[in-house]
Amino acid sequence: MISLNNVSKKFSTKQGTIVAVEEVNLDIKKGEIFGIIGYSGAGKSTLIRLLNGLEKPTSGQIIVNNQDITKINEVKLRQVRQKVSMIFQHFNLLWSRTVAENIAFPLEIAGVPKEQRITRVNELIDLVGLEGRGHYYPSQLSGGQKQRVGIARALANRPEVLLCDEATSALDPETTDSILDLLVSINEKLGLTIVLITHEMQVIQKICGQVAVMEKGHVVEEGNVLDVFQNPQQAITKRFVSQINDSSKALQTIQQLKELYPDGKLIKLGFVGEQTVQPILSRLIKQFDLDVNIVQGNISHTQNGAFGTLILQLEGDALLVDKAIRYIHEQKVNTEVINND
Amino acid sequence: MINDLFPNVDWPKMWEATLETLYMTAVSTILTAIIGLVLGLLLFLTSPHQAWANKLANWLTGAFVNIFRSIPFIILIILLIPLTKFLVGTMRGPNAAFPALVIGAAPFYARMVLIALREIDKGVLEAAKSMGAKTSTIIWKVLLPESMPALVSGITVTGISLVGYTAMAGIIGAGGLGTLAFLDGFQRGRTDVTLIATILILIMVFIIQWIGDVITTKIDKR
Repeated sequence: MISLNNVSKKFSTKQGTIVAVEEVNLDIKKGEIFGIIGYSGAGKSTLIRLLNGLEKPTSGQIIVNNQDITKINEVKLRQVRQKVSMIFQHFNLLWSRTVAENIAFPLEIAGVPKEQRITRVNELIDLVGLEGRGHYYPSQLSGGQKQRVGIARALANRPEVLLCDEATSALDPETTDSILDLLVSINEKLGLTIVLITHEMQVIQKICGQVAVMEKGHVVEEGNVLDVFQNPQQAITKRFVSQINDSSKALQTIQQLKELYPDGKLIKLGFVGEQTVQPILSRLIKQFDLDVNIVQGNISHTQNGAFGTLILQLEGDALLVDKAIRYIHEQKVNTEVINND
Repeated sequence: MINDLFPNVDWPKMWEATLETLYMTAVSTILTAIIGLVLGLLLFLTSPHQAWANKLANWLTGAFVNIFRSIPFIILIILLIPLTKFLVGTMRGPNAAFPALVIGAAPFYARMVLIALREIDKGVLEAAKSMGAKTSTIIWKVLLPESMPALVSGITVTGISLVGYTAMAGIIGAGGLGTLAFLDGFQRGRTDVTLIATILILIMVFIIQWIGDVITTKIDKR
């Protein structure tokens, strides 16, 4: 759907050249929710604007829908933009237009006749859950409602790609969740490819399938969200992952756990993806005559399944404990025995 | 009673002068609005990072606006005598005032248009571009509607200045309340004529301000 080959973007300012994006290669597949995470200044805002030609790359190739958008003229680029729409952190609605008129704006640009515009606007108002608010002005809406208008507006011309520029960063956590749910449902219902940039790991965790981590203009790590979460390679990725699952804190307490639970065996289970839904714990208790004690747990849910760690204390016959550990192993759950004494 | 208080006021003449001033103000305000908007849009769109970014065009428009905004109006009228004679054919009567009025006021309004356009949220312009809008669409559907309250209050202020300018133009023979106050009032020493002309001009200014305020409040949905 979208691929970037060796894309760089430099800005020349009075203070010298600023490299916003450097040698970035990405491949975003159709129907995917692709997240790009980085701190501010990492170049992600520039990167997302390269995807609809709002910024032109200094070098490299950007293929959107089999078209190299760096090589097409303004007229064609405007047509591409009707199929690659965008939502913004600050919504960017026209205050002079009502909700319905804002949603109709891209349809006017595309030259859709008035009657069809009205029908489509009503469909979209229902889709984003703003029934009865069509005649309101943006100033009469809450932040979450404004972003819903932004989403409806972005969907008006039935785009194939939706670019989200920090779409939830100006919203409170609860509203963020409802907007993210809306994005997932749109992705599922319409098969839309979504590319989003954010500095919040929770957003990636909640809705993305693939993630790219950006630092100083480079994509330093990329892959399936679960893999990246489970096994972060770069220091910056580890920092982002720790926003969700503070494993360093967990390690500190293992020493304390050993002292707190001196009996039996402490084992750490690592879950990646589907295994979590399997009733491992209940089978463990039913099949083996053991006392199972949950010491610590931390499970997070992503679009690709759950991941996290669970620390159990197994007490009972030593032979049975070994058997139980072997059983857990067979379930393809990462197992690690913490105290071997 | 009224005739005792203002013995020298010729009321039909006063009414005629009022209509002339209204006519000059209305027509020159409309022309100023159009030319000022075009100049203001040019200034905005040719500035860096905008759709028609062009240093030379921006500099030329800016220079034109600054020069004509800086010339005192009374001198501008004299400087424009040849142009007025060429365009209107005469130096007398209300129509002869238009070239000077518009050339004096349009650059002033153009600056206000530029300020109004700069106030528009950059994000909204970016959003329109991201939807595939052409520059003409951006002008008609984003720039003008989104800056409308500021444009209206700007033309209100400009219209009020134009009332003053018509009075000045009156001194060199354009007609209207200015001519009346100067020739019939001041030069003949009839203070009551000058006083009534002033009161009528004040009323006109208050009405323009009131209309401008009402429209601005009504269209501002922010």
